Amino acid sequence: MKIPEPRGPVTAGLLSLLSGHPGADPSAQAHLHQLVTVQLPLVGDIIEDEDLQLALFCLYELHYTGLDGVDDRWEWNPDLIRVRHLLEVRFENALRSAAHQHAEHTSLPPAETMSSDDVAAVLFELAAQGGGPSVSRHVAKRADLEQLREFLIHKSVYQLKEADPHTWAIPRLSGRAKAALVEIQADEYGGGRPDRMHSVLFGRTMRGLGLNDQYGGYVDAVPAISLASVNVMSLFGLNRRLRGAIAGHLAIYEMTSSRPNQLYGQGFRRHGFGPDVTWYFDEHVEADAVHEQIAGRDLAGGLVEAEPGLLGDVLFGATAVLAIDARLSSLIMDAWDNGRSSLRAAVPAGL
Amino acid sequence: MNQDQQQFPGNGSIVLCPDGPILVRGDFDIVTPSGQPAPRQRRTVALCRCGASAIKPYCDGTHKMIKFRTESPAAPGDSDQ
Repeated sequence: MKIPEPRGPVTAGLLSLLSGHPGADPSAQAHLHQLVTVQLPLVGDIIEDEDLQLALFCLYELHYTGLDGVDDRWEWNPDLIRVRHLLEVRFENALRSAAHQHAEHTSLPPAETMSSDDVAAVLFELAAQGGGPSVSRHVAKRADLEQLREFLIHKSVYQLKEADPHTWAIPRLSGRAKAALVEIQADEYGGGRPDRMHSVLFGRTMRGLGLNDQYGGYVDAVPAISLASVNVMSLFGLNRRLRGAIAGHLAIYEMTSSRPNQLYGQGFRRHGFGPDVTWYFDEHVEADAVHEQIAGRDLAGGLVEAEPGLLGDVLFGATAVLAIDARLSSLIMDAWDNGRSSLRAAVPAGL
Repeated sequence: MNQDQQQFPGNGSIVLCPDGPILVRGDFDIVTPSGQPAPRQRRTVALCRCGASAIKPYCDGTHKMIKFRTESPAAPGDSDQ
C-alpha cells in the first residue's frame, strides 16, 4: 500500500527509517526504539492514539503486502520487531483492560468440562449483548450518500484484505479447529474463484460509490480507532500464543455479521444502488450464517476442547472485538448525530 | 479407518445446530420439488430451520432474533425426573 502520512514523532521516525535500507543507519534504528520507549509513558490510551496505532499498522503491513517502495527485508529486522513488541505489550494490556470492562465472565464452568456446544453458546450469548450505538440501523434507515461513503472508507481498511489476519492462525491450529478455519477461509477467499473473494466484492462496492478500491488508499482518512480495530486482528493473528484470541475474534465477527449486513444492503438499496454494489452485503448475510456456526462450535469450541487452557483467550478475543467495535460505532454515530464527518480529513469525491 | 471417517461416514454430514440452522457439508444437491437445482453459492450451507429466514432455503441468522429454540421447554412436572 502507499505510505501514509505520519501522525506524530513515532510514525515520522518509522517512515523515515523505512525509506532507507535495513542496517544502513544503525543509530537511526536504535533511536526509534528509544523514541518509542520515551513516548509510551506519555500516551494516555494507546487504543485511540493516532501516532502509535498508525505505527503499529505500518509495522504489521510489512507482514502483509508491504509498503510501496519499502525494502522487504525490513519485515524481520530485529530492531523493528523490538519496536513492534514494545507497542504490542502496551496494546494488549489496553485491550485486556477494555475487554474486561466490556464484559466480565464470572459464572463459567471450568474449561475442562465445557463442550464445543457450550463454548458456542457462551459466544452467541456475548454476541447478542452487542454494545455501542447501531451504525447498521442508521445506514439502513437514515444515512445520506456521504455517510454511506464514509462507512465504506472506515471498513475498507480491513475489508480490502478481508480474512487475511485470521489466516495466520491456520498453521498454529490442528484437528477440528484447523479444518473449521480452513473451511471458513476457503469461503472468504471465494472458494477458488478470485472474482468472489470477499475483498474483491468489497472493492466492487467501493467503485460503485465512486471510491478508490486500492488497498490502503484511505488509511490517511481514518482515525486511530479504525486502525486499532484492524491492528487487534494482526496482533492476535501474528502471535501464536494468542491463537485462542484470534479464534474468539473470528467467531464474534461472524456472529455479529448477518443481520448488520442485511441492514447495510437495505441502506444502499434505499439510495438506488443495484446488485453490483449490494452483492458484498447480500453475500455476507448468507455466508456468515454458515460461518458463525462453524466458527463458534468447531473453531472456538473445538480449540477449547483440545486446549482447555485457551478458553480465557478465546473469550478475551471475543470481548476485545466487541469493545473496540463499540468505540468505533460511538465515534461514527457521535460525528453523524452532530452533523460532522467521522473521518480525519474530508475525502474528495472520486478519490 | 481414521477418526474423521468414523465421525463423518458416507459422503456428507448434517449438523443440527442447537437453536440454529441445519448445517450440511459434503456431496449433495439441493433441488426444488420438481428437481431443479436451487441457487447455491457455497459448498457448505446452513438451511433455515426456524422458518423466519428471508433467504430460504438458507439461514440468514434471524433465528437469533426470534429466540428460536430447538429443545422443547421442560413441561411442568418434568423437573424432578
